[in-house]
Amino acid sequence: MRDRCSLTLGPLLFNWTADRWCDFYARIADEAPLDRVCLGEVVCSKRLPFYADRLAEAVERLRRGGKTVVLSSLALVTLPRERQLCAELAADGALEVEVNDLTLLAYLEAGRSFAVGPLVNVYNEGTLGFLAGRGARHVCLPPELPLDSVARLASAAAPLGADVEVWAFGRIPLAIASRCYHARVHGLAKDSCQFVCGEDADGLAVETLDGQAFLAINGVQTLSSTYCNALHDLAVLVDAGVTSFRLSPHGCDMVAVAGLFRRVLDRQLAAEEAAGALAALLPEIRFSNGFLSGPCGAAFQPVLPR
Amino acid sequence: MAATRRLELVCPAGTPAALRTAVEAGADSVYCGFNDETNARNFPGLNFSREELAAAVAYAQLRGARVLVAINTFPRAGACGLWQRAVDDAAQLGADAVILADLGLLAYAAECQPQLRRHLSVQAAASNADAIRFYVEAFGVKRVVLPRVLTVQEIAAINAEVPCETEVFVFGGLCVMAEGRCSLSSYATGRSPNMHGVCSPASHVHYREEDGELVSRLGDFTIDRASAGTAAPYPTLCKGCFSAGGYRGHVFEDPASLDAATFLAELAGAGVTALKIEGRQRSRAYTKAVVESFRHAVDALAEGRPVAAGALRHLTEGQAATAGAYRKTWR
Repeated sequence: MRDRCSLTLGPLLFNWTADRWCDFYARIADEAPLDRVCLGEVVCSKRLPFYADRLAEAVERLRRGGKTVVLSSLALVTLPRERQLCAELAADGALEVEVNDLTLLAYLEAGRSFAVGPLVNVYNEGTLGFLAGRGARHVCLPPELPLDSVARLASAAAPLGADVEVWAFGRIPLAIASRCYHARVHGLAKDSCQFVCGEDADGLAVETLDGQAFLAINGVQTLSSTYCNALHDLAVLVDAGVTSFRLSPHGCDMVAVAGLFRRVLDRQLAAEEAAGALAALLPEIRFSNGFLSGPCGAAFQPVLPR
Repeated sequence: MAATRRLELVCPAGTPAALRTAVEAGADSVYCGFNDETNARNFPGLNFSREELAAAVAYAQLRGARVLVAINTFPRAGACGLWQRAVDDAAQLGADAVILADLGLLAYAAECQPQLRRHLSVQAAASNADAIRFYVEAFGVKRVVLPRVLTVQEIAAINAEVPCETEVFVFGGLCVMAEGRCSLSSYATGRSPNMHGVCSPASHVHYREEDGELVSRLGDFTIDRASAGTAAPYPTLCKGCFSAGGYRGHVFEDPASLDAATFLAELAGAGVTALKIEGRQRSRAYTKAVVESFRHAVDALAEGRPVAAGALRHLTEGQAATAGAYRKTWR
């Protein structure tokens, strides 16, 4: 087992302006204690043109900051130009790629190693073995998996030479569709969406008719209202063989968030203390870790049985 | 109307009795599952024991119908044997094909039961020609059930490119999310389509009266409120009423079900091989009515006669029907 777990910053899931996008990754590059940073458009291909010409500079800066840069692929690929994006991603061999839909796998040449994102269904050892056989070296598991499955997959991954990563911070991606919900609730159609998703930096809250926070919509994606917070679970997960943790970008101070996770992993800070600091950073936010060990994904059980 | 190639009608069979009903009503193929978590309709009282499947295969094949066995949930880590046995048993019991979604299970089936025809489940969400080609090349998949996210034009483009058959849904429940990629149900209840073969399970549904309204809840969340006296819809999570920004209503999808009866000619023109009817959990009366209606429509289409529309309006949930993603404006 590796002696040091890695921290990955997942791809930004939301539609931020190009300037905000650049500023965010510049600060991440210079200040955040992260090992891997995923860049690229996973949710909606219509957003990519806004920052496509800024990618190269961000990649350079992140590399100078000591980060491994990974290019993430689109999660739901239907249009010809979206397939073309996958083909181009596969053709550019300079950076590691993260497969979020098997379309990209179809384009990757045999023998090339790749990462697998959390939106690919890796539920069991058979699938993990198949993907590792095709070149998967880093697999972020679906957030839905319970701890028992995570532990079994981590055990199976070690002899295959693959790292197993778990979703550890941020709104949890729960579904993807061809319909744009942001457009729908604004009375628009997807093709004439006016990019209204850009109004909500962390997604648009969906509440029950009783006013209870429930979900968040982000264009064609549906996320949890709660932010996953696995700070309390890190020790158990590391014991189970998990070697990497994923933090998903939000509008809050992600450098500070990354610092909390890094320090808990390095045993410089107790999980309880880090969780308190995280709650202070996000006073309005409810947390969850229920997919790992709770009765349902929305649940939060701060102290796991060891 | 010109005569066209006859489409294969693939019909749901939740029970042995429903299977016989579907075959009698004119199904070319029936699909069913074993009575455990290996299939995506793992509901109490539904599905087939090994003995029942053996009898069903004999019954259907004697009448010229094929039996497709859905083993389309994602095997649980540490328990892949249960799913692998399902594949082995389907082969041994003479099923005409298995419908699979999981990469590991597809690899197992291709290696251990190579003679058994493999269909790719809608749960695999192969939504373009590249992804489909990958499954064909890696696992020898002969047919792909297309996700319900595609327009008719996109389906036609896929068929022009892929070296396998395609099957599309034409009637019944409609997932608004890409199938096999949705964990909304387990977020609210801990039980999911991918892992347990259930969505918004009845075990987590509660109704209560509040301020003259009937509140339907799933787990700890209110999914809908109906004024007393009106029919309270079953709280399927993505069909619920919520508020988002200034919007209040069906954020994700209206409680409509799919009826693509008027699209059959277009779907045939788009090159699809088979039409699928959803509803293994539905009654025999429902199965009979829907299968007979589509039998007539498919035959009419093949013989160049006009297809009657709207005949099944009374069978769609909540009375409303939609053509779903087949029409681009749905997005």
